[in-house]
Amino acid sequence: MNFTDEQIQRYSRHIILPEVGGKGQQKISNGKVLIIGAGGLGAPAALYLAAAGVGTIGIADGDKVDLTNLQRQIIHHTPDVGRPKVLSAKEKIQQINPGVDVITYQTRVDSQNILEIMKDYDVVMDGTDNFAAKFLINDAAVMAGKPLIHGGILRFVGQIFTIVPGESACYRCVFLSPPPPNAVPTCKEAGVLGAIAGQIGILQAIEVLKLIIGIGKPLKNRLLTYDALKLKWREIGLKKNPECPVCGENPKITSLIDYEQTVCELK
Amino acid sequence: MSDIKVDAVLDITNEVCPMTFVKTKLKLETLETGQHLEVILNDGEPLRNVPRSLKEEGHRIVGTKKDGTKFHLIVEKGM
Repeated sequence: MNFTDEQIQRYSRHIILPEVGGKGQQKISNGKVLIIGAGGLGAPAALYLAAAGVGTIGIADGDKVDLTNLQRQIIHHTPDVGRPKVLSAKEKIQQINPGVDVITYQTRVDSQNILEIMKDYDVVMDGTDNFAAKFLINDAAVMAGKPLIHGGILRFVGQIFTIVPGESACYRCVFLSPPPPNAVPTCKEAGVLGAIAGQIGILQAIEVLKLIIGIGKPLKNRLLTYDALKLKWREIGLKKNPECPVCGENPKITSLIDYEQTVCELK
Repeated sequence: MSDIKVDAVLDITNEVCPMTFVKTKLKLETLETGQHLEVILNDGEPLRNVPRSLKEEGHRIVGTKKDGTKFHLIVEKGM
């Protein structure tokens, strides 16, 4: 551990915590986190992970900042409209914490590139907004053995759970396959309260930090759902499905699948 | 207090709260359980807060000596 005085001051509130200390902060500094999607979930998570001092943050997103994003994607500011999201995000991360190494992937993840992008990271965070990506990310994380923090939001509700491949239920143990295209509305069609993205994205960041430091109890085999209108959390116990097509005993899915995206997302 | 072998010395008289404790904690992390750290600190807030925080984290204060306006604290590292 060789912190500079600047680092000791910057991270003093972490170092004071008995569960973190200098050793935990060093683990955070050594941590490599991949955030897929620099949108509603990825934005607040990236900001907090950067502030926390995560040493390497990868961000994958092929989109450009749109005016409609600004209501919730707080890493992007008004002058960023029209700029690639990964560049806008990288700039803000480095303003918060110049010590973070930011690696950008200005692309939509697909079956061809995702394993290559994931391979250097310790933890993956799903900040995407569509089922095709969520299944792809889950399958890739399981195949690559990377812990994955799933999150999803719509309207006034959100959900989160942590997947440790081989140890706990994966996304496919719970949701076997994507719903038919257009069966479930997207945020674009159904709307979303911006702050819900913050609520779930920040919980994902907390799960990432717990995994990196190795403290507490990860949200394994527990799906947490949140309803902002009722202000109620609900915890649903999950079990690893021995017949899961991707992480079960005899997996049927052994290569990655590019599912069809719903029409409105293709635009 | 003079018969305790000190394994490291840390002067935090130029620090203010919470850096007083943060620096002490980081120094203790470099020691093994049972080893001793001598901390030189100012009277007042550091002397009130640092020993309390150290005890909360399971360390033992095994000696205190006044030295003008400063104090020398001998801390035995806990688990």
